[in-house]
Amino acid sequence: MTAGSIIGHALPEFVLAIGILVMLLLGALGGEKRAWLVTELAIGVLGLALVACLFEPKSATLLFNGLLVDDAFGRFMKALSLIGSIATLLMAMAWFRRRGLDQFEFPVLVCLATLGMMILISADNLMTLYLGLELMSLALYVIAAYARNDARASEAGLKYFVLGALSSGLLLYGASLIYGFAGTLSFVGIAAMLHGTASLGITFGLTFLMAGLAFKMSVVPFHMWTPDVYEGAPTPVTAFFASAPKIAAIAITLRVVSVAFPGITGEWRQIIIFMSVASMALGAFGAIGQTNIKRLMAYSSIGHMGFALVGLAAGTAQGVEGVMLYMTIYLVMTLGTFAAIIAMEVKGQAVENIADLAGLSSTNFPMAFFLAMMMFSLAGIPPLAGFFAKWYVFVAAIHAHLYVMAVLGVLASAVAAFYYLRIVKVMFFDAAGATFDRASLTLRGLLAGAGVLVMVFWVWPGPVVAVAHHAAQALMQGQKP
Amino acid sequence: MIGINQYLVVAAIVFTLGMLGIILNRKNIIVILMSVELILLAVNINLVAFSVHLHDLTGQVFALFILTVAAAEAAIGLAILVTYFRNRGTIAVEDIHQMKG
Repeated sequence: MTAGSIIGHALPEFVLAIGILVMLLLGALGGEKRAWLVTELAIGVLGLALVACLFEPKSATLLFNGLLVDDAFGRFMKALSLIGSIATLLMAMAWFRRRGLDQFEFPVLVCLATLGMMILISADNLMTLYLGLELMSLALYVIAAYARNDARASEAGLKYFVLGALSSGLLLYGASLIYGFAGTLSFVGIAAMLHGTASLGITFGLTFLMAGLAFKMSVVPFHMWTPDVYEGAPTPVTAFFASAPKIAAIAITLRVVSVAFPGITGEWRQIIIFMSVASMALGAFGAIGQTNIKRLMAYSSIGHMGFALVGLAAGTAQGVEGVMLYMTIYLVMTLGTFAAIIAMEVKGQAVENIADLAGLSSTNFPMAFFLAMMMFSLAGIPPLAGFFAKWYVFVAAIHAHLYVMAVLGVLASAVAAFYYLRIVKVMFFDAAGATFDRASLTLRGLLAGAGVLVMVFWVWPGPVVAVAHHAAQALMQGQKP
Repeated sequence: MIGINQYLVVAAIVFTLGMLGIILNRKNIIVILMSVELILLAVNINLVAFSVHLHDLTGQVFALFILTVAAAEAAIGLAILVTYFRNRGTIAVEDIHQMKG
């Protein structure tokens, strides 16, 4: 393979990596006053990488001796992650500036985390998986503690770091066992070694590997960091945590189980089913008593990851397609909701209690309306997009004869609807409290855009569904080395 | 004769010690950082032992990458610890409870 074609296949990564170096240089030479320029450059570079992602390869191609793979599935998930990062930077710029935190390091760290996600998504080897995961996580630890004079943010960073380091350790131990018992680190190679029943070493390794990945997806029983980190981290950082890294973590989990372990579906399916059902239940019941909206969104995201895993538990191409569509719609809903949460400011001070939303419909009707649409969509009420997201994964589960799981999922979604509807009730029927400041055009645009997308998704879902279908088929057919 | 099994047992013991260090530790966060290193080193023992056993160099390359990342991870962990200490004046594990619920 020539250098030119390698660059062509890994173009998004190359664009981002070179862009990061340029941004670092500009920031280091110009100091604090370049922060705005670097942020704009970061958005531009991420946008370029997104455009590069849209040119799909005809077939899956292995790069760098099988360390990375470039396929339609990877491109789809990378595009989603990039959209999450771009939206984060758009929302974060003004927010950090008002708090005197607008240093150039933030956009650079977001781009580094995004590069890690892209490597993670296209990993085709346990080594690349680990390196991509760490590149992503190390940058995320730093931005969780980014508001360094805020005790809550540094506590969030510390908790995230300690538990994240522990989970990388679990993942690595699993990887080392799989290497020893399968004799290779490459996903395709591992799949070739595994048929029928797995040896004890492989089962152990797979369990540890899934534990490490579950932490990054924040599914039960490795969810304990999520509420604290979501609450403590600066709100734009929380928006980032809820969007892009989750997509990368789900993508690599899909790739690991369907490319490396298709021969022992029974082994990993049990783990996924347990994590999925437990997350749906915890997401539904844990959020009921919350008063802080960021904490509520943390439990909501745990629940949503559980729903997404329903599709993975099906273990079919249809299931993978369902997960991809779920993550697409989840991304839109999360970004829209967080745009509204970031806009919750009274006289320049951020407020984050649900009670602060009281009577929003009388003081700021458009915001109340679009946020209500987000809540209805998160709850899965038709005809909004969130309903179709759940529909795709549950249909896949039913086709795979996972009836009990589908029923439990629908029940959990009914319980979860309670707290989403409570927010709508607070906004529309409670007496008005303090009026929010006028939000920036970017935030209003993002909220309205996401609101319109979830409302009109049912009119023309065809293109997204077709792309996801094609990508899921490509992933399940496996790659030719 | 020391074979692959002995190495795996040592690695498993070191790994368990690291895990226990994180879970049982009630004193301070530096101990947690040391436990994390212990876990990563246990993984390295595993990888190098498997690499020799399989006559395959990939495991040793992986071990080198892990050492590199572990260094970066420790640096970032200590930096976050310093900002935390500046804000709170303590690094005792039992004092990390500003957020609950």
